[in-house]
Amino acid sequence: MLKTFSLGGVHPAENKFSAGQKIEILPVPEQVSVPIAQHIGAPSEPIVKKGDEVKVGQLIAKSTGFVSANIHSPVSGKVFKIDNVLDASGYKKQAIIIKTEGDEWDESIDRSEELVKEITASPEEIVKKVGEAGIVGLGGATFPAHVKLSVPPGKTCDVLILNGVECEPYLTADHQLMMEKGDEIMVGTQILMKALKVEKAIIGIENNKPDAIKHMTDLASNYAGITIQALKVQYPQGGEKQLIDACIGRQIPSGKLPIEVGAVVQNVGTTLAVYEAIQKNKPLFERVVTVTGKSVSKPSNFMARVGTPLNQLIDAAGGLPEDTGKVIGGGPMMGKALSSTDVPITKGSSGILIMPNEIAKRAKVEPCIRCSKCVTVCPMGLSPYLLSTVSDKGIWDRAEEEKIMDCIECGSCSFTCPASRPLLDYIRLGKGNVGRIMRSRTK
Amino acid sequence: MSVVLITIISLGVLGALAAIILYFVAQKFKVFEDPRIDQVEEALPAANCGGCGFPGCRAFAEAMVKSDDISDLNCPVGGAETMSAAAAILGKEVSAAAPMVAVVRCNGTCENRPRVTEYDGATSCTIASSLYGGDTGCSNGCLGLGECVDACDFNAMYMDEETGLPVIKEDNCVSCGACVDACPKNIIELRKKGPKSRRIFVSCVNTDKGAPAKKACSAACIACKKCQKICPFDAITVENNLAYIDYDKCKLCRKCVAECPTNAIHMVNFPPPKPKVEKPVEEKAE
Amino acid sequence: MNRLTVSPSPHVHSGDSVKKNMYGVIIALLPALAASLYYFGLGAVIVTLTAVVSCVVFEWAIQKYLLKNESTILDGSAALTGLLLAFNMPSNLPIWIIIIGSLVAIGIGKMSFGGLGNNPFNPALVGRVFLLISFPVQMTLWPKPIESQMHYLDAETGATPLSVMKEGLANGETVSTLMSKIPSYTELFMGNMGGSAGEIAAIALLVGLIFMLIRKIITWHIPVAVIGSIAIFTGILNLVSPEQYAGPLFHLLTGGVMLGAIFMATDYVSSPMANKGMLIYGVGIGIITVVIRVFGAYPEGVSFAILIMNGFVPLIDKYVKPKRFGEVVKPAKA
Repeated sequence: MLKTFSLGGVHPAENKFSAGQKIEILPVPEQVSVPIAQHIGAPSEPIVKKGDEVKVGQLIAKSTGFVSANIHSPVSGKVFKIDNVLDASGYKKQAIIIKTEGDEWDESIDRSEELVKEITASPEEIVKKVGEAGIVGLGGATFPAHVKLSVPPGKTCDVLILNGVECEPYLTADHQLMMEKGDEIMVGTQILMKALKVEKAIIGIENNKPDAIKHMTDLASNYAGITIQALKVQYPQGGEKQLIDACIGRQIPSGKLPIEVGAVVQNVGTTLAVYEAIQKNKPLFERVVTVTGKSVSKPSNFMARVGTPLNQLIDAAGGLPEDTGKVIGGGPMMGKALSSTDVPITKGSSGILIMPNEIAKRAKVEPCIRCSKCVTVCPMGLSPYLLSTVSDKGIWDRAEEEKIMDCIECGSCSFTCPASRPLLDYIRLGKGNVGRIMRSRTK
Repeated sequence: MSVVLITIISLGVLGALAAIILYFVAQKFKVFEDPRIDQVEEALPAANCGGCGFPGCRAFAEAMVKSDDISDLNCPVGGAETMSAAAAILGKEVSAAAPMVAVVRCNGTCENRPRVTEYDGATSCTIASSLYGGDTGCSNGCLGLGECVDACDFNAMYMDEETGLPVIKEDNCVSCGACVDACPKNIIELRKKGPKSRRIFVSCVNTDKGAPAKKACSAACIACKKCQKICPFDAITVENNLAYIDYDKCKLCRKCVAECPTNAIHMVNFPPPKPKVEKPVEEKAE
Repeated sequence: MNRLTVSPSPHVHSGDSVKKNMYGVIIALLPALAASLYYFGLGAVIVTLTAVVSCVVFEWAIQKYLLKNESTILDGSAALTGLLLAFNMPSNLPIWIIIIGSLVAIGIGKMSFGGLGNNPFNPALVGRVFLLISFPVQMTLWPKPIESQMHYLDAETGATPLSVMKEGLANGETVSTLMSKIPSYTELFMGNMGGSAGEIAAIALLVGLIFMLIRKIITWHIPVAVIGSIAIFTGILNLVSPEQYAGPLFHLLTGGVMLGAIFMATDYVSSPMANKGMLIYGVGIGIITVVIRVFGAYPEGVSFAILIMNGFVPLIDKYVKPKRFGEVVKPAKA
């Protein structure tokens, strides 16, 4: 039987319309707007000013702490302005706006397609370089990658797990990357293994991508220590905790990080970025974005520069359909609904999902009938019905007692609820408040 | 007969025993409480709203009894009358705090502020505001989901169906501040009720620059500073693209109201203007 | 273009609904309904129709005139309560008693607590037990199966296997002599015995269980716990003294055990949330049922057992939590 994680889980309709679509390189946009907060942690500090000439790959905003990330220019041209612009959530955030002139890359970047297998950098150099290249988790969480690679003293890592699961419905970016850049991902894996000083790496891929499983298994035979683990299709398998449980059967205790059980998880896209940073000296300024949806005329996977306007990607996929009701940045389970398509893509944009009107709206909320389906599907073994009620009522101590902070916000509960209750909405509210209370306590 | 007797005696003895034990236990665990706390609590409105900053009326009464200087304590619900009554019990001095009232500083009605997206989540302003800027172009304005109305314990608020904005029933408002805390956008403010309940305030919290603010909402403060210039009492400051009237300095002359090009400055409870305001309201934005 | 909708994730839904679940249970009850129509004919038709219609009407009327809120009768829960109530009554019950039962079930059992989702006790059982206590004679006159197909109030009545056993044992008869007075196990399994309209045919109820499990309307925990604990408990008693206590198969196939375990105890609203809690709840029902049947005054105890355990559900939910992720820490390999 195929492996999967032990508790809960759901299986939403996969709808991978863009599967098998070759990654298309999107033309360089005329103007990019690069937000300075594209990652978890402190926003970066711009180091360019209005009128500065920049090249592709040049550092334009510097990391401001350990948990923060550098930002590099995705285009060559002139800095037009540094201003507050609307971000995807309708709030104003600072961004660097660059008008494109040509496409001149920084000289140190190796633009050849040739595969460089030999890893000359030392583990310390790798971690440093990954940090400098501004690499963040490309699965969508955007956690700075170098932080995960820095194993804290006293802890040991014995296995690297790569996330090729892509458990979100619709999205196909990682799938396509594995098909097209398999070798690069393999070398990237070896780089990460070297940095973490581990002998073993497991790439977890869900069973709905048999071609990727076969392709990667074939490639893995050429590389020492890398195995492919086929997994049963089950959401949220791409969650860090669930993936570790599924691949090696270890469960991270409440409130702890993966390193507690000796594992580090990276996304396959991140791994490719690591390969490019170490072997090609190319910082992170472009990524694969899936543009998809039921009514999208040409569902595609694009290689797009960070800061490219969303509209340009949507146009390249055949334009915004007439019946558009909702545009989501990311997948349908954890992605964020956008209030406007006039926003740039960021390092964390794994996909743009365009939903037609008829499925954009939620169903009418009915009273909870205590069917316990939310409890059954919760991958963290929580009681979503209870957490959502205590959050609604503002009973924060009870919420904390019921381990609200363990919630990974996968949305399985809201997805399942027959009464269409907005369980996760309230749990998220509760998490915010409980987290604040807990932080103020430790201070 | 003997059965009855035995029953009566045994139950009687048991009862007496329990009474004795209870008496001693009560003596042993007796807590001395200042009787004045009860008296003061009696004088308070017993709303337990927390408007005073204490968990309830009893805690407030305790604080009044314990602290020597009670001038910074105030029960907004009871007002000056209650405070002086309570202070009289204790023989302490209390400074009469000016009565306050909550005001909604947003005039983004459906007409003034067109909706650009549709929110479809849990009916909670906090959840909506943590998700995104709101269903209009103004990311500072009222979300209209009524969390403040839910927070009000005094039936002093309701949602106006037509405007989509909360309305405060002045007579019921006790200025406990529950709505102020409930609003994630910090729109509601406690302001001095003013003489004859007359007051003037800027009904906008938008901190965008003039053009985008005006584009999002026709009643937005565009930070043109006209009000600041005309105010004879320096009561108006414009900071962060937003005008604010200091209610302690404002003398209710109403000059700013007439000056404001977007009608963002509101006056309430003034009699209808008898002599027509000479200057027509300017419509130019910047 | 339309205005974009913005909502928190997730943006997709399984498509499951309260309605689907309620009608799912009703569909699962259809085999039992067929069995009941076969054995009790006319009486079953009248009882079922009266109960379902009056439950729906009462819910509608209470919502419209007392609560003045939106009507939810289309969600199927009132019809389901009516159906279950009918299944728990003898098929010769006068219409006016059925209507009183429906009023108690919907009015007191469900709406007085706030309607769907808030009732601590199973509404159908509240109605049934109310009738059992108020009209003990009418509620314990059991029409004979098949013979009474064309009869309603005038149906010839007889004893249920459980009452035969109870009275016989009380009169000092032995289990083996009593077993000869009641139908064979095969007939019990097929439902050929006296009893409430819908509880008799174990086979039909099991078909319903399989349907609900396949459709994931319920999980296996409660039915298995109830049936298992009754089987084990009566099995032990039977081993200790076979002539004094009937065997597990007798207990499982008679009375309301199957209906109770599969349809009544599994009522969403009045059963626990966590799997472990469901098992505890089920075992509690099983034990109380057997205690009432074997040691108590009533020949049957499933309804009381379920209602008693319903009362424990909040307590169970408070202390029995689902298994949490990361609770069992597997140490990292060195």
